[in-house]
Amino acid sequence: MALLRAVERPETMIKLAPALEICGLSVSYGAGLALEGVSCALREGEQVAVVGPNGAGKSSLFKAIVGLLRPSAGSIRHFGAEQADPSSVAYVPQRSQVDWRFPVSVADVVMMGRVGRVGLFRRPGARDRALVAEALELVRMTDLARRQISELSGGQQQRVFLARALAQEARLLLMDEPLTGLDARSQDEIFQIMEDLRPRRVTVLTALHDLQLAARHFDRVMLLNRRLIGFGPAAEVFAPDRLVEAYGGHLHLAVTREGILTVADTCCGDEM
Amino acid sequence: MFDLITAPLAYSFMQRGLLAAVMVGVVCAVVGTYVVLRGMAFFGDALSHTILPGIAAGYLLNGGDRGALFWWALGTAVASSLGIGAISRGSRLREDTAIGVVFAGMFALGIAMISTVRSYSADLTHFLFGDVLGVSDGDLLRIAIFGGLILLTVALLYKELTLISFDSVLATTLRLPVQALEYLLLVLIAVAVVVSIQTVGVSLMLAVLVTPAATASLLTRRLMPMLLLAAGMAAICGVVGLYLSYYLGVASGAAIVLTCTAIFLITWAGKAIVDCRLQIAD
Repeated sequence: MALLRAVERPETMIKLAPALEICGLSVSYGAGLALEGVSCALREGEQVAVVGPNGAGKSSLFKAIVGLLRPSAGSIRHFGAEQADPSSVAYVPQRSQVDWRFPVSVADVVMMGRVGRVGLFRRPGARDRALVAEALELVRMTDLARRQISELSGGQQQRVFLARALAQEARLLLMDEPLTGLDARSQDEIFQIMEDLRPRRVTVLTALHDLQLAARHFDRVMLLNRRLIGFGPAAEVFAPDRLVEAYGGHLHLAVTREGILTVADTCCGDEM
Repeated sequence: MFDLITAPLAYSFMQRGLLAAVMVGVVCAVVGTYVVLRGMAFFGDALSHTILPGIAAGYLLNGGDRGALFWWALGTAVASSLGIGAISRGSRLREDTAIGVVFAGMFALGIAMISTVRSYSADLTHFLFGDVLGVSDGDLLRIAIFGGLILLTVALLYKELTLISFDSVLATTLRLPVQALEYLLLVLIAVAVVVSIQTVGVSLMLAVLVTPAATASLLTRRLMPMLLLAAGMAAICGVVGLYLSYYLGVASGAAIVLTCTAIFLITWAGKAIVDCRLQIAD
């Protein structure tokens, strides 16, 4: 899909370098390795799900990409460049990591995405406000712009942070467990917004627990358990041998008539 | 009634005291809002106590010279706030443990130093509980200059200080100088504590940092209104407290703090009643 679109749009042909290219990435946490020798490349505008058991290193992968963790080995390139423009990569944290009582409104939080672009000592200008308004519109939160963030539902809270990433004008969006704790309707709203992002060619990497959602809504999936076990279309990656390799004993497989498996992951404790 | 308000103003020490109480209130409330939001109340309390040895050193070496006392206190405050920051960052100790160790040790050192002087208890009382009515013109000037610098810094770095307080992860990914900004905030708190020492003293400092901001946090859920409300309330508390102190013969620092506390309690109770009514109405 994404390749076809690149052919249709000549201006994207110039950017031959992948939106994200990871080579031999290892991240160590204390004594052990959180990630070991992970290599992959993402095309611009591609939406990829990252799945794996708890402690598989999904969060470590994201933190290394966004520069919160220093890799012990390997390299990460954004559009071929070693040093990405800091604002061009957005990390959407897990909802449990946010202080929701903090006295800020929805619009205030989204404006925080502009801080890097506005620069030290300066105030946000008309363009910043316009981008905030546009981002809020895209996630359908315009009427809630003045709400304090604790007064939002879980899905709305997640959308605020999506809007912040958009206001940041990020080219690469990393979402850490955005669906955890959301009901089905709120999850669908997030997926709808991700569809709306496709024309903007924002590359999205999303950590997930639900393999079926990963298979249904994403261009490719990345199966991770410290090492990269599989990366490609869900139909290829979610093969029984690979799933067992990733999940080991925590996986419950049931082969159905469609040939696809019902999978239950041990969900959702605190993960590094 | 009018006389009740104007009569104390005949004394120049009251005029200076009022001016000092208002300026200190505003500066501490603004800095204190960040203290409250970041959960740094214990740090603020500890910091004000750790400057006692600095004050004592200035006092022992330079006698009654207020200017010297101020610089000694400022040096100690900045040093201990950066010290606490470094210890809690670098070591295996929990932050509150590190603060506790530094806090108690420095406070004891201050008491030990002051106890070598014969007029020990009177002087110590002054440092511990403040003496806003003893504020000199020089003190006022120093409060105005350093308080002004604090407010200017917060105004210039408002969005950065807010961001590191709310979401230091985003601040880090945007490559903001997070660590430098955090240390800057510690220094701002230290300077605010030093300019206020004359008004409320070491032991009651925490109240002027925390109470107005806490009251404001009950009334608004936006940061800018919270800063302004806290500052306004602190200024009013300073004035009301000083008048109460004048007419009731109560220690000035205690009167200011008690006014702050009373307003907090009234707000808290009022809000509880309103919330309760709203729930019934629902």
